[in-house]
Amino acid sequence: MSEQQLFKVTIDNITVEVPAGTTVLMAARMIGGDVTPPAMCFYSKLQGSGGKCRTCLVEVSKGSEKDPRPMPKLVASCRTTVMDGMEVKNITSEKVVDARAGVTEFLLLNHPLDCPICDQAGECHLQDLGYEHGKAGTRYEFSRRTFHKEDIGPYIQLHMTRCILCYRCTYVASQLTDNRVHGVLDRGDHAEISTYISKAIDNDFSGNMIDVCPVGALTDKTFRFKNRVWFTKPVEAHRNCDKCCGKVTLWNRGDEVLRVTARKDEWGEVKSYDGKTGWICNTCRFDKKDLKDWTIEGPARIARHSVISANHYVDTIKPKETIQEVMGGRQPKLLMDIHKVSDVNDPSVDLSRISGPATGATFEKKNA
Amino acid sequence: MQLTQRAKQVDRRPMTWLESIYLWNIAKGMMITLRHLFMKKKTVQYPEEKRTFSKVFRGLQILNRDEQGRENCTACGLCAVACPAEAISMEAAERQPGEEHLYREEKYAAKYEINMLRCIFCGYCEEACPKDAIYLSQTFAPSNYGRDGFIYKKQDLLIPHPIEDPAGFAKARGEKSVTN
Repeated sequence: MSEQQLFKVTIDNITVEVPAGTTVLMAARMIGGDVTPPAMCFYSKLQGSGGKCRTCLVEVSKGSEKDPRPMPKLVASCRTTVMDGMEVKNITSEKVVDARAGVTEFLLLNHPLDCPICDQAGECHLQDLGYEHGKAGTRYEFSRRTFHKEDIGPYIQLHMTRCILCYRCTYVASQLTDNRVHGVLDRGDHAEISTYISKAIDNDFSGNMIDVCPVGALTDKTFRFKNRVWFTKPVEAHRNCDKCCGKVTLWNRGDEVLRVTARKDEWGEVKSYDGKTGWICNTCRFDKKDLKDWTIEGPARIARHSVISANHYVDTIKPKETIQEVMGGRQPKLLMDIHKVSDVNDPSVDLSRISGPATGATFEKKNA
Repeated sequence: MQLTQRAKQVDRRPMTWLESIYLWNIAKGMMITLRHLFMKKKTVQYPEEKRTFSKVFRGLQILNRDEQGRENCTACGLCAVACPAEAISMEAAERQPGEEHLYREEKYAAKYEINMLRCIFCGYCEEACPKDAIYLSQTFAPSNYGRDGFIYKKQDLLIPHPIEDPAGFAKARGEKSVTN
């Protein structure tokens, strides 16, 4: 089999040729843009993921060239492989738009909507989904499910109430780490991510489950509450790591490295390098919170519709400072040093040195 | 070319002797001055007397508390990102066990500052707030001799505690309902 068979598939009236065995979702991603169905559970870099959240439902209006009957129900595009001559309707189908709004409502039934305190806010796929495909209100009248808070180790913070049970984190654990210690316990409404008998998740590469989590159920404990993502400055950097590729995005505030994540592509998935997915190890993610550890490559590219891109400018031209020339070489007189008055952004408080979230005591001035 | 009907041709004839002593014109001017003496005054004696503001007046920000005195703000940063003047900044912290009576949610603003030198009182912070925590009140920032007096911190912005100062809390809340 030297030559791969190519199938023609038409998605929203755009035809593309893809190799046999490609899923409809991946074919749509080749076209890109609005044609691509959203995906909450499917992760192209994790084997076996997908088919759970139903947000990627599409209508197949023509099965294939040989059998042109439409598929009777909406199908999950992440699990349906293309057939030759298949015609798929995504946003051009009213049924799909309606079904997706319904699925979004279902996903948000038990979601606590604590975005103001959630560290994922601003880069949350459920926020994007709700914004783009959801309805403004909910018809759910009952109290949302709650769980006992569980501590799953020093690095990862679990918020089970926010979980949408996409199972991505369990795939990360089985496929990347040497020994999986967590999974999904119980069934139905009570299903929850947990470790068996409160074991800490500390095996290497386990931090990647933070990156794959589409919501704020698994977040970085070393970044917890330190800053909102849109106030941090994403910078691409690398270091020589013997365990992983070492290519990361640093989320800085000034010179403080508040958070380290893997680099993401346009679908919110971890980027690949030379065919290998750029997962990063826990040492790079949690222990290298110093600019000296990293070689900076430049600012990370953020989609311009993202809130993270707010007030982040690239390719700006700084105007020439003329005050010194006009004043005969004298520096301008500062009327107020903001750090003398302000308690925020205090240079003596370095949040990147704290392993967990800050407390009130962190900001008490020592000499005040 | 005439744009309006009100334009008058200026009389350029030389003044007569009676006109040149301006007696009649002075009397006319004094009539206007005297009439204003008996008209309703448009000015107020400011510090003693204050004008009522419009219902939608946007004044100094306040930070809200709930009925139990817990701070509403969770330091979500939406006011700061909405602020066109970048006047708002904050530091978030995690609520510790035993601090449940102080802060309503798990995360709170340990430090919250509004730079009143920067603030343009546009009210976007109030609009952005998902937690009912920040409001623009009916007062404005008092003048100050130094710049450092305009960095308003959390204790300057918080409304009185409902249990420690019920009257102050009611006033802070009540002034809002009067304006509604």
